[in-house]
Amino acid sequence: MRLYLKFVAMHLQSQMQYKISFFLLALGQFLVSFTALLGVSFMFTRFNAVDGFRFPEVLLCLATVLMAFSLAELFGRGFDHFPRIIRSGELDRMLVRPRPLVPQVLASLIEFSRLGRLVQAILVFCYAIPASGIHWTWDKALTLCLMVLCGSIVFFSLFVIYAAFSFFTIEGLEFMNVFTDGGREFGRYPYSIYGREVLRFFTYVIPLALFQYYPLLYLLGRRTSILYMLMPLLALPFAIPAYAFWRYGLSKYNSTGS
Amino acid sequence: MIHLEGINKTFRVARRKSGFGRALQALFSREYELIHALQDVSFSISQGEMVGYIGPNGAGKSTTIKIMCGILRPDSGVCNIDGRTPWQDRIDHVRNIGVVFGQRSQLWWDVPVGDSFDLIRDIYKIDARRYKRNLEELVALLDLEEILKTPTRTLSLGQRMRCELVASLLHSPKILFLDEPTIGLDAVSKIAVRQFIKDLNSRRGTTVILTTHDMQDIEALTERILLIGKGRILMDGSLEELKKRSSWRKTITFEYLGPQPALDAGMTLREARPGRIVVYLEPEVCSAAEAIAHISRQVEVKDVSVAGISAEEMVAGLYREYDI
Repeated sequence: MRLYLKFVAMHLQSQMQYKISFFLLALGQFLVSFTALLGVSFMFTRFNAVDGFRFPEVLLCLATVLMAFSLAELFGRGFDHFPRIIRSGELDRMLVRPRPLVPQVLASLIEFSRLGRLVQAILVFCYAIPASGIHWTWDKALTLCLMVLCGSIVFFSLFVIYAAFSFFTIEGLEFMNVFTDGGREFGRYPYSIYGREVLRFFTYVIPLALFQYYPLLYLLGRRTSILYMLMPLLALPFAIPAYAFWRYGLSKYNSTGS
Repeated sequence: MIHLEGINKTFRVARRKSGFGRALQALFSREYELIHALQDVSFSISQGEMVGYIGPNGAGKSTTIKIMCGILRPDSGVCNIDGRTPWQDRIDHVRNIGVVFGQRSQLWWDVPVGDSFDLIRDIYKIDARRYKRNLEELVALLDLEEILKTPTRTLSLGQRMRCELVASLLHSPKILFLDEPTIGLDAVSKIAVRQFIKDLNSRRGTTVILTTHDMQDIEALTERILLIGKGRILMDGSLEELKKRSSWRKTITFEYLGPQPALDAGMTLREARPGRIVVYLEPEVCSAAEAIAHISRQVEVKDVSVAGISAEEMVAGLYREYDI
């Protein structure tokens, strides 16, 4: 852990050497996700509610997904970047270091410009939490924290799966973005608005709805069962097959060139 | 110390022909080609040896090194290094080895070299006293005092390579793998790096395994050579043995006045121009002194030069001989 912090400091130091580039990147990140926010708010200038959800309620949903995603991206960027780690031979270097691989991959890349997204998520929360009209009690606050935390672990697991695929093929990895970036973009609205099949898919196959839709119902007081509150925890076992797949990929690793 | 037996490694490589139609076809069905990178590779290296591992590009040098480092696992065969199988006890194994890949850096690009060294200290959990001693010693030997505060990206290749050596030796490894350590270096840096490796081997008793295409590296550093070609070990012996095996000839160039002289037994004409001949000698039949005496009896010799075959030519000869 101490070593990880040193790496964090090192990355910060080296990214601060290019200050302008850093701020432009952070701004870019901010603007990109800002368009999503704009999209939602334009929608609500026409309609009062989407599938029964009002504007601040949808914003709550948007902020949760955005924050979960940006946390996962901030800390798990190494896995998102894995094809390049393989191609550059950096993985070979990691393999000759006397440390477990996962922390090494995590420490290999931390992009602070991704904070741009995180800041936006926080700002949206600042608006949506009071505006949603939810009576905030301890259990609801805890639910929200669970949503964000478990959500970032699910996104992180998706990055790990993405990384695992890159052991087998470098091309055709784009389809994974349907789930990562796509999950984030779709996740602006509760997954239920896309219909029953989509909701099922995001519940049983890729558990994005487990930390977004179901606990949101609990937050809004539409469901009172404690099960809905704890739904995000059910998404956590998703990390196990993701990790297993990555280990399997690693065992097939063939290195590159000389 | 290092023992490899019957190591095989095969890569499956997707083959795609050029052209759009073929590329489209490859979407649906792929042809694979099996490349036998290593076939039945066996050798042993004992502690403190310095071994040169040579062979043409694509012969399997890097693959062997990667197996010994624990990066790749072979399809079959035994590899035992200091009592461990590299790809099974990876973490314990790599604590004992240092690796320099000449073409890739292990230093962090944007931070000062000294900071990279500090990170390596933490990665390897080197205790403070030993780290300080090692660092001071290595920095002094390689003359790096002034550049410790410089970011890696601004170093010259020669400086960077010396830093790479330090980085891979800070944890006092028992074995050092060098994959083309002198590639792209200027003459001065090459000599510095070689001298350093030699010192290291004799003072610390570090086992050194080095791959290179630079025959001067081999001549300067190693007593023992492993030649690999097409995934097989072809020769394992000393440089002297190698010299004996290769067509070991000398050439003599004469510049003279007068008609072209006649040659004696053991001399073959390679090149003749008015006033200049180049002759191959077979040393068992005719020594250089005899040849010079023989020619100068017939004509007035203005200049003579004798050249042995270089290690480079020798290896090229070997590659030809083994058809690799």
